[in-house]
Amino acid sequence: MRSFSYVSAPDVESALTAIASEGAKFLGGGTNLVDLMRERIEQPETIVDISRLPLTEIEELPDGGVRIGALVRNSHLAAHRVIRVRYPVLAQAILHGASAQLRNMATVGGNLLQRTRCLYFYDEAAPCNKRVPGSGCGALGGFARNTAILGTSEHCVATHPSDMAVALTLLDATIEVESSRGTRRIPIADFHCLPGETPDVETVLAADELITAVELPPVPVARNSRYRKVRDRASYAFALVSVAAALEVEDGVVRTVRLALGGVGTKPWRAREAERVLTGTPATADSFRQAADAELAAAVTLPDNAFKTGLAQRTIVATLRQLTEGSPA
Amino acid sequence: MAEITLRINGSAETLDVQPQVSLLDALREHLGLTGTKKGCDQGACGACTVLADGERINSCLALAMQYEGREITTIEGLDHPLQEAFVRADGLQCGYCTSGQICSAVGMLAEHKEGAPSAATEDLEAAEEELSDEEIRERMSGNLCRCGAYNGIVSAIKEVA
Repeated sequence: MRSFSYVSAPDVESALTAIASEGAKFLGGGTNLVDLMRERIEQPETIVDISRLPLTEIEELPDGGVRIGALVRNSHLAAHRVIRVRYPVLAQAILHGASAQLRNMATVGGNLLQRTRCLYFYDEAAPCNKRVPGSGCGALGGFARNTAILGTSEHCVATHPSDMAVALTLLDATIEVESSRGTRRIPIADFHCLPGETPDVETVLAADELITAVELPPVPVARNSRYRKVRDRASYAFALVSVAAALEVEDGVVRTVRLALGGVGTKPWRAREAERVLTGTPATADSFRQAADAELAAAVTLPDNAFKTGLAQRTIVATLRQLTEGSPA
Repeated sequence: MAEITLRINGSAETLDVQPQVSLLDALREHLGLTGTKKGCDQGACGACTVLADGERINSCLALAMQYEGREITTIEGLDHPLQEAFVRADGLQCGYCTSGQICSAVGMLAEHKEGAPSAATEDLEAAEEELSDEEIRERMSGNLCRCGAYNGIVSAIKEVA
């Protein structure tokens, strides 16, 4: 690991002052950044440790939503009673990511900023447009089993690795950000960028902006929601495909549906086309399949990852069928 | 170099470290507490698991400086029925992952007692889920055992739970 200087920030103001120095980076739980520094993919000059900032509260809002401090640990959020009852999809998504040790360390803000686990991003000897802009993409024509099929470009096919962010995308969370220029609120759908011609630009966050909170709006349909993840081993692995879904069925007809996908997109993927197709149709496996196909029609596959289209379709259908059973008739 | 004070197994330890020194290296190389093991050094195996304020963490991904003021417990500071139970149940073969397995299991039992759910928990609204074999395996999935002593590890944890 390259040497760096270390500053521990006692409050948000001092964190924002310290981040102004050249090559400075915030350190939250460290589960991703410390690893990337050891691999020399990240080489900050200064680490601004924000883990002692008082941003660890989970508050219920008057409108029925919830405000989550950016430094709430993933495990604490998943175990919170209000999240488990009102937003089970979020608790399940978090619990399906990483290990208990990592969830005890990782923060909500940091989870949103996770870097891809694409093998070529980690391999210093390989080209990667995310790591070295303009160097090319090793995954195209390489070993691409874990890469994305939605939102890709000719410059990058890396998946976004987060489970939590898929659930937050389903729930239309808002990300609150602070800098010396003030506060801004970013809808999660606008937070992560598609790779396009600049895969190295992953979010709209500026280098000196600090995530301070994530807010969940009230989402009544989320009481009947779940997260289903398919991976190469039973636990503690990144998704091949994951599905976050919330469903309300009335008289056998889909009244409200929300759907988001992980493991297949270059960003946490809200399946709006599937939602549009499914709303108002009979809650049957056939409708679910048609909705999944409508979303996945945009998929661009490589020989190694072409299986993800079928796997995603079947996982969407299976998840919606589970929710149909749980939806009050 | 900076002088920091870590609270390890109930006593205050002062040491000089560079910012890039992990909690794991501080324990092993600076304080001689070699019970905590270095496996992958990238948060994938769990051999380095210690408790910070009673919660299990991977010490390889923790910068020592970040943990100043926290109460760290390593295998050397534990006196827990799980240790005997691992021996009785053959919860190990080579033993390299065992310190991490035991620290992790101590943290896991505390999480379960507080009602924390896991990915294996079907009813998130239920007050308490029984610690079934499936729950134990899911909750312990952050600790790999290359010898494959998993059946013994599950038995040992069940005996103590």
